[in-house]
Amino acid sequence: MNQPASAYFMEERHDPNETHTLSVLVANEPGVLARVIGLFSGRGYNIESLTVSETESLKHVSRITIVTTGTPMVIQQIKHQLDRMIPVYQVVDMTLTGRSIERELGMVKVKGAGDQRIEAMRLAEVFRARVVDATNESFVFEITGSTSKINQFIDLMRPLGLVEVSRTGVAAIGRGPDGM
Amino acid sequence: MSDDKSHDPNQMTGAAMIVRALADHGVKHIFGYPGGAVLPIYDEIFQQSEVEHILVRHEQGAGHAAEGYARSTGKPGVVLVTSGPGATNMVTPLTDALMDSIPLVCITGQVPTHLIGNDAFQECDTVGITRPCTKHNWLVRDVNDLAKVLHEAFYVATTGRPGPVVVDVPKDVQFATGTYHPPRKTDVHVSYKPRVKGDAAQIRKAVALMAAAKRPVIYTGGGVINSGNEASKLLRELVEVTGFPITSTLMGLGAYPASGKNWLGMLGMHGTYEANMAMHDCDVMLCIGARFDDRITGRTDAFSPGSKKIHIDIDPSSINKNIRVDVPIIGDAGNIIGDLLHVFKAEAKKPKIDPWWFEIGRWRARNSLAYKKNNDVILPQFAIQRLFEATRGHDTYITTEVGQHQMWAAQFFGFEEPHRWMTSGGLGTMGYGLPAALGVQVAHRDSLVIDIAGDASVQMTMQEMSCAVQHELPIKIFILNNQYMGMVRQWQQLLHGNRLSHSYTEAMPDFVKLAEAYGAVGLQALKPDDLDGALQEMIKVKKPVLFDCRVAALENCFPMIPSGKAHNEMLLPAEANDDATAAAFAGGKALV
Repeated sequence: MNQPASAYFMEERHDPNETHTLSVLVANEPGVLARVIGLFSGRGYNIESLTVSETESLKHVSRITIVTTGTPMVIQQIKHQLDRMIPVYQVVDMTLTGRSIERELGMVKVKGAGDQRIEAMRLAEVFRARVVDATNESFVFEITGSTSKINQFIDLMRPLGLVEVSRTGVAAIGRGPDGM
Repeated sequence: MSDDKSHDPNQMTGAAMIVRALADHGVKHIFGYPGGAVLPIYDEIFQQSEVEHILVRHEQGAGHAAEGYARSTGKPGVVLVTSGPGATNMVTPLTDALMDSIPLVCITGQVPTHLIGNDAFQECDTVGITRPCTKHNWLVRDVNDLAKVLHEAFYVATTGRPGPVVVDVPKDVQFATGTYHPPRKTDVHVSYKPRVKGDAAQIRKAVALMAAAKRPVIYTGGGVINSGNEASKLLRELVEVTGFPITSTLMGLGAYPASGKNWLGMLGMHGTYEANMAMHDCDVMLCIGARFDDRITGRTDAFSPGSKKIHIDIDPSSINKNIRVDVPIIGDAGNIIGDLLHVFKAEAKKPKIDPWWFEIGRWRARNSLAYKKNNDVILPQFAIQRLFEATRGHDTYITTEVGQHQMWAAQFFGFEEPHRWMTSGGLGTMGYGLPAALGVQVAHRDSLVIDIAGDASVQMTMQEMSCAVQHELPIKIFILNNQYMGMVRQWQQLLHGNRLSHSYTEAMPDFVKLAEAYGAVGLQALKPDDLDGALQEMIKVKKPVLFDCRVAALENCFPMIPSGKAHNEMLLPAEANDDATAAAFAGGKALV
């Protein structure tokens, strides 16, 4: 081991990383999103995707969905660290429950003419993407689905004149009759 | 027409609410420094006598004083500072309190609501800056929210894992009139429910492990102190009933008495050989209110490899953070120790662990805290031993700064009771001890409060001597003066080729004259023979004292776990000659 001259033990753990989707119910109050994001940046955790919106306006409850990667120990830490924040009601690891639906919405702008335009339209149909804006030389497609489906659609659009993409990030919800 | 509300005693200004809330929470003392954005609150303080205000010389001093106050009483420390620089100067003590789980309530003034975000004079984003260094913080934009927020602030600071909170109050909110209410349950977020009671099944599992242990060790931390005096009492009973050896972190000293027969001394980087060896070789480890910090564990992949680990902590995020444990129990330390005792007494017998004690006896015989006596110069270890002897029989509280002197104080001063030892453990804040001593002395006017200091640390907050003199707080600043930043120099010697880069203080002030300049008393000891007399003098004086204790300049702090090494690879003082030190630290290129 090549430990440099330091009081800290420097060897990193090499457990494999896992990707988890966390649903976090929080009190909708000023600064709550900053607290969550600050936790991730301050402790060096990854955020792959983060979405937030008020979901129960009468109770002032917002739902944050975070997709994150880390070793199993880090994932457990993230959940505990989130859970101990004062405005956090509940943290559910949707990946561990194994019974969740994850969806993302993407809007994809493609510019082109002739065969390229026809091909883009044909692929959009295959992916069940809707046209939400069109000009003589462009489309904006709206596509909903898993992250990988949207990635795949974007990859296919790239050679057909992809201009830009806007994505919402992942929203997740559990299957079955029960809530969080 | 008369205004109905004009006779309602709960109608008041925001500034009045703050003082009223302090009184309602039993606050007797606050530490602070006035400024533009808190003038309405200072005006209220002027017109009452329930809450005494201690005027510091720098806001950092107020924060550490409040920490000392909190640690020595178990009550929250309260700080009042102004906006902008007042708030930013509080960042260090807030972070310190967060790391060491100290309950602080810090009220900051803020520029008027309509100016927030305008880069107004003395404006800063206080809630933004203090978000990562508080347990929680609030910006109060409406005077009618103020009472609720203040009550919640006290509740959050003092329950669960204690910690610092900030309530940021814009000046217009302080002037505005609104409705106050006394503390009530609904003031607190429904999402905040700290767990106190441990899971019964987990407690049974823990007792089963303990009853079958051949080589057990109890490792406690600041959580036992924070849990209150009852927790320390129960801990002592647990040690008695089980017969287990016990060690503690820096933060946990005093929960079990240093004179107790099962005491192994402190563990960790500068802990005793027997404590660290017991941790390494144990088969059952009972960790109570400690967090497997990196100064405790050494290299984590070689930490106590053969043990089953039970971890009691009130904060679930402390579990499995650094070290995987087998039986986690979430809840309050005192509460769970009580349950453990109950189940252990009912279902288990004291395990026979004589061979383990025999082994520990052999480690103890290595006498890892030994040092060579010297008749010509005062050795720092000797100074602390003499200080300990001189204070026996007194009602003594000890604070420290950070560095070698802090480790020597932990090694050589015996603590018999909890709440007697105030030191910056997690953050390691040089300059903590002097203002912390102020806070302790405010809470315990007639006690002997001593800051065991280093010459470098103490100069970081020296200005608070002026506060001590003003408020007639007879704190004793016992400076182990070696003219170096000793711990920095030790690391430079061990790891950076003895290149002593900027760790020597060329222009040391004359501490005796400095004391006199402040209106305090200066004392000095140059030789071992001077020491006892000067110590008696220091204890006798009823004024603040700066004690300049000139100690051996190049003494280093041992035993020590070298970097990247495990508990069973300690460097003992007897072996710490140049060759052994070089070998122990090899691997780093710095020693080439």
